[in-house]
Amino acid sequence: MFSLLADYTIQNVMIGAALLGIVSGVLGSFAVLRKQSLLGDTLSHAALPGICIGFLVAGTRSLPAILIGALLTGALAALIVLALTRSTRLKTDASLGIALSIFFALGIVLLTFIQNAGSAAQGGLESFLFGQAAAILRSDLYVMGAIALLALALVLLFWKEFKLVTFDPAYARTLGLPVLALEAALTTMIALAVVVGLQMVGVVLMAAMIIAPAVAARQWTDRLGVMVGLAALFGMASGLFGALVSATGRGLATGPLIVLAISAIVALSLLFAPGRGLIFAAIRQRENSRQLRSRRVLSTLYRLAAEHSDPAYPAEQRMLDAYHGAGTASALKRLEDRGLVTGTRHHPEPTPHWVLTPKGIAEAEAELAPGGNVQ
Amino acid sequence: MNAMLSAFFDSPDAMVMLTGALVGIAASLLGTFLVLRGASMLSDAISHSIVFGIIVVWMLTGQASGPVQIIGAALTGLLTVFLTELLTATRRVKADAAIGLVFPALFSIGVLLINLFARDVHIDEHTVLLGEIGFVWLDTYEIGGYLVPQAVVWMGVMALVNLAFVAVLFKELKLATFDAALARALGFAPALLSYGLLALLSGTAVAAFDSVGAILFIAFVIVPPSAAYLLTDRLSMMLVIGVAVSIVSAIAGYWLAVWFNVSIGGMMAVMTGVCFTLALAFGPRYGMLAQWARQRARLGENAARTLAVHLFNHEDDPQASEENVTAALREHLHWSPAKSRDVLARSLAEGLVTRAGERLILTDKGRQAARDVLEPWARGDRAIKA
Repeated sequence: MFSLLADYTIQNVMIGAALLGIVSGVLGSFAVLRKQSLLGDTLSHAALPGICIGFLVAGTRSLPAILIGALLTGALAALIVLALTRSTRLKTDASLGIALSIFFALGIVLLTFIQNAGSAAQGGLESFLFGQAAAILRSDLYVMGAIALLALALVLLFWKEFKLVTFDPAYARTLGLPVLALEAALTTMIALAVVVGLQMVGVVLMAAMIIAPAVAARQWTDRLGVMVGLAALFGMASGLFGALVSATGRGLATGPLIVLAISAIVALSLLFAPGRGLIFAAIRQRENSRQLRSRRVLSTLYRLAAEHSDPAYPAEQRMLDAYHGAGTASALKRLEDRGLVTGTRHHPEPTPHWVLTPKGIAEAEAELAPGGNVQ
Repeated sequence: MNAMLSAFFDSPDAMVMLTGALVGIAASLLGTFLVLRGASMLSDAISHSIVFGIIVVWMLTGQASGPVQIIGAALTGLLTVFLTELLTATRRVKADAAIGLVFPALFSIGVLLINLFARDVHIDEHTVLLGEIGFVWLDTYEIGGYLVPQAVVWMGVMALVNLAFVAVLFKELKLATFDAALARALGFAPALLSYGLLALLSGTAVAAFDSVGAILFIAFVIVPPSAAYLLTDRLSMMLVIGVAVSIVSAIAGYWLAVWFNVSIGGMMAVMTGVCFTLALAFGPRYGMLAQWARQRARLGENAARTLAVHLFNHEDDPQASEENVTAALREHLHWSPAKSRDVLARSLAEGLVTRAGERLILTDKGRQAARDVLEPWARGDRAIKA
């Protein structure tokens, strides 16, 4: 394990994966909250022609040139999506699909063009399709780190503005904020996140890195700050997991491992997060319906007693069952445990009967009073 | 005839174009309904998740293509849609985020299974995503003495099945797409129909994967129907135009790819984009040029009306001789000389205004136009009297 950590390549991969996780977690939070989850998918596919153009312009596999190209074509695709949605009758999903597939097709065409031109460095370009973590160089990390710092600095600097634009763009507009510019900045930052992840997980899996950490983090909190922090943490953890497991050498690709790790975190968060988690919600609902049942049984007992003008009226259990259409045994047991009812016999009948205790009468009256819990 | 057919099947050019056209036909027939339903990105999700289906079916049966693969992939596609809907139903995740969570997970499992078990077979994630349409004529079946490429056979089958599906269930599909609530009320099962549609889409995706690949497949599903949607309001015409765009793109894409020596599938997909751009620019009704022309016409019409109202307001004024002259338009309406000239020419041509020396005089038609603006409520009255 420690010998793994000392390996130079593995160190590179781990730093890269952690950077990717942090950036995509932070920026993806805004994308998911603004219901732009699939924009990341489109942007990452649209980065491919930019990668090729960057290569063609620089004449070599220079990461800065490639990333600038990716950023430019990504941003152009985002603009086209926006223009198509606003000025034609096509819906957002079709606009996303058109930009995604046409830009990607153009990228494939350019990729084969470069390959056929027979350049020595063309092999490095394919790695952007599926991601090839092991091919990351230390110099690449500096570029990725610079982009990550830039993106995080922007988020910190414009935190309040981004928050307002995310949750209430109409209000932000009335405050005189440059909403369009801020939205463009957020979209550009998603493109930045995509660019950081290209080498790690490739264009195909980048969609998950934008969406998954944010969705997982959202389950644990209602506060944006906490959510962004958690998303960064989840993203980083899955990045490190993917990097380490793929380094153990069974030939497993890094990108899919990272994506599976973050998917598992999403699944666990959906199930177990307190508050929004599905399991807690189910338990809460069961508890509620049980309580409701007990209250109904209690009020039935009270009404029976009132009708018979006898506070100690013994109600037969099977009669209560008939009232409520199902077994009331567990509800009565719960009421008995709380000291609100007590079991009794009503000779000569052999079946169980129940009467309200004075405490039970007080409770029932409180509930049945106007403004009480039971209608 | 026989010689012609065998020459046709022996020609790699023809086979590649035919495969591309069949992919386009099969995909755009189904894509039309996806585009109209606002579910285009499901094709993105499905075409990625089939990697999982393909490797699982290969592990179970050892088959990398053919009917078992198509059915297996169709089931994977349904699994994708089912998981997406399950996630959305928890109300913790929005529909688009759910799509973006499910397909990368299935794709990742698929890739890892390939990494672990299928290193040396011809399935690799590269082929699945990008395809290699240039080699479709290598694997052939012998049918009636002709060597027909397997890709042509399976794409042909899928195109026919999709065509039959759309033709037989046309009314149901139309109703379920435009008014799902009414379809349900009339006793159709729109959910079943939509699952059928997506199952066929997944089957088509796997039949297409080793020719054009999963990602370029998305282009054939979404782009031709979108181009058609900008050209027509009729569902049947949209299907026909979508198919036509696919065929044109396949043929033009092939020759351009050969010319520039680049990816054939990629070029075919780029050509669907070119067709889309043409429709976007020159569509008769929804095209940019048409919209621009309409907007200009509306502006001109409004200016002519403004002139009519101005003349009408000052018709009985003592200063009519000063207001209702060409020179006054510049001062009172703040129009440039060029605009004044244009609007005047238009109004004269339409018979709203006549000219007496420098004086502009409203015609009856011009007076009517002014009244329509000033007293819109009177319009109904007149219609009744007339």
